[in-house]
Amino acid sequence: MKILNASGCLDALTAPAVARSLDAFVTKSVTPLPREGNAPPRIAEVEHGMLNSIGLANPGIDRFLAHTLPRLRELEVPIWVSVGGFAVAEYADLCDRLDDRPEVEAIELNVSCPNVDDVPASVGEIVAASRAATRKPLYTKLSPATADIAEVARAAQKAGTDGLSLVNTILGLALDEQTLKPRLSRGAGGLSGAALKPIALAAVYACYEATGLPIVGMGGITSGRDALELVAAGAASVALGTILFADPGAPARIRAELASEIANLGVGEIDNAIGLAHAEPAAISKTAGRSAAMSVQ
Amino acid sequence: MQRARARVTGAEQIGPYTLLRVARGSLEPGIPGQFFMLEAPGRPLPRPMSLCLTPPGELAFLIDPIGPGTRALCALQPGDRLAILGPLGNGYRLDVERPLLVGGGIGAAPLPYLSDALGHPPAILGFRSDWHAEAAQLVPNAEVVVEPTFVTEALSPGHDVFACGPEPMLAAVAKLEPAAQLAWEAPMACGHGACYGCAVQIDGEIKRLCVEGPVLAAEAVAA
Repeated sequence: MKILNASGCLDALTAPAVARSLDAFVTKSVTPLPREGNAPPRIAEVEHGMLNSIGLANPGIDRFLAHTLPRLRELEVPIWVSVGGFAVAEYADLCDRLDDRPEVEAIELNVSCPNVDDVPASVGEIVAASRAATRKPLYTKLSPATADIAEVARAAQKAGTDGLSLVNTILGLALDEQTLKPRLSRGAGGLSGAALKPIALAAVYACYEATGLPIVGMGGITSGRDALELVAAGAASVALGTILFADPGAPARIRAELASEIANLGVGEIDNAIGLAHAEPAAISKTAGRSAAMSVQ
Repeated sequence: MQRARARVTGAEQIGPYTLLRVARGSLEPGIPGQFFMLEAPGRPLPRPMSLCLTPPGELAFLIDPIGPGTRALCALQPGDRLAILGPLGNGYRLDVERPLLVGGGIGAAPLPYLSDALGHPPAILGFRSDWHAEAAQLVPNAEVVVEPTFVTEALSPGHDVFACGPEPMLAAVAKLEPAAQLAWEAPMACGHGACYGCAVQIDGEIKRLCVEGPVLAAEAVAA
C-alpha cells in the first residue's frame, strides 16, 4: 500500500519535503517534444473541485532526462515517470529512453489527457508497444470518460500492463459569473477534486473485478476515509491530486487517518481491505495485485 | 514554506476591501512582494494573497471580495481560524537608490509592507473611484489618481519603479520603465509550483509566477 501523488499535482523540485512524504513521486507527464501548454487562464475552481486545461506543459524528454531526472534522483524518493504521446511509436520511444535509467521505478502511461486535441491510438496498441520497449513496471492511466472502462482495462491487461492508474480527470465546463463565457481559455477542462470521487470509485470497482491488476486509485481523495473507500473498491495504492494544491501536508495527514480507519475496521493489515467492497473479494485478484505491486518496490 | 493554522485577529473594511489580520504564530513575513496561500473557508482551493502589512505579532492581507473565495475570506471574523501557507515566490529586490512605488486598485496590497521596508518612499496609486482610493491610507507618501487619470500620467523618470496592479497598467509601466520590478497576478491552485495554472512564457521558457515570480523584471516579460 503506497501513497503517491497524482501526475501533475506536485513538483518534487519546488516542494521536496512533500515529495519525501510520499512512497513514490509521479512526474508531470513528459512528451517527446517540449510543450508550452494551453493559453491562460487554465485553471478554474468549481463547486467541490477544479478544472484544469494545462495541456501537458513540459520540457520534453531530452531536457527531462538531462536536467530534471538527475535533480529528482537527488531527492532519494522512488520516481514514477508519467509519459504522454500522440502516436503509438512516441509512447514506445519514451519508454525506451527511460528503460535504462535505474532511478526510474515505474512508468505511467498517460493515455487519457483530456486537454489535448490529438487523440492517441488505442490503449491496447500503446501498451503493447510500450511493453516491448521497457522492462520497467507499466501502469496505464485510464480516462473515466468511456462507455466501458473495464473493457479498456482488459485491453491494457492483455497488452501487458502491470497495473492501472484510475482515474484521470473528466471534462467539465465552468462559466464566468458575469459574462457567462467559459472561464478557461480552451473552454472545457479536466475536472478533479472531491466531485471526481464517485466516478473514481466506479472505475476502480469495475476494473478490479475485470482484471485483478494492482490499481493506483485516485480521484477526489481528501481524507483517510476517502482513501479507504478507494482501497475497498479495489485499489492497492492511492494517489493524491487536487488536495495537494490546498494542503501540501496531506500525505502525512491522510496516512495517519487511513491507519486509524484500518484500526477501526479491525481487518489487520491494510492490504486485507483491498476489494472489501466486492461481494467476494477474489483471492486470486488480491494475490496478483500484491505480487505485482511488490515487483516495483 | 510553512503551513500553519492562524487565528483571525481582525477584519477591517477599507473602501470595498477588507484588511484581514491574523496572528503570526510561526509564520515568517518574508520579503515584500512574496505571497501566502490563504485557505478560503468552504472552497476547494486556497487563494494567493501578497502580504500587506506586518503589525506586531500579526500578518495582514488586503482582500478584494470579487469571487466566492475572496468573499469567504472577507467574511471571516476575529477568532476564526484558517490555514496559511507561505511565504512563497520571489519578492522585490530592495537594493535600489530612488524607489518609487506604483499601484493600481487592489495592486496596492503589497505596497504598505514594501513602503515600510524602503523607509516610506514616494508612491503613486491609481483607483477606479474615491471609494476604492480609501486603500491609499495604508501607503505613506502616496499621490492618488482616480480614473480617468492613470498612474502612468503621474510617473516621472529617474526612479527605480516597483509596481503592482492590473495587467494593462503593468504593461504600460514596463514600456515607460524597462527596469521596473513588476508584481504579477495569475490564477493559481497551489502556490508551490505544482499546478502550472500560473505559468507564463518568458524568453521561450515556461515560468511559473508562483516560483519564478510573482515579481519579475519588466524587461523579462514579453508585454
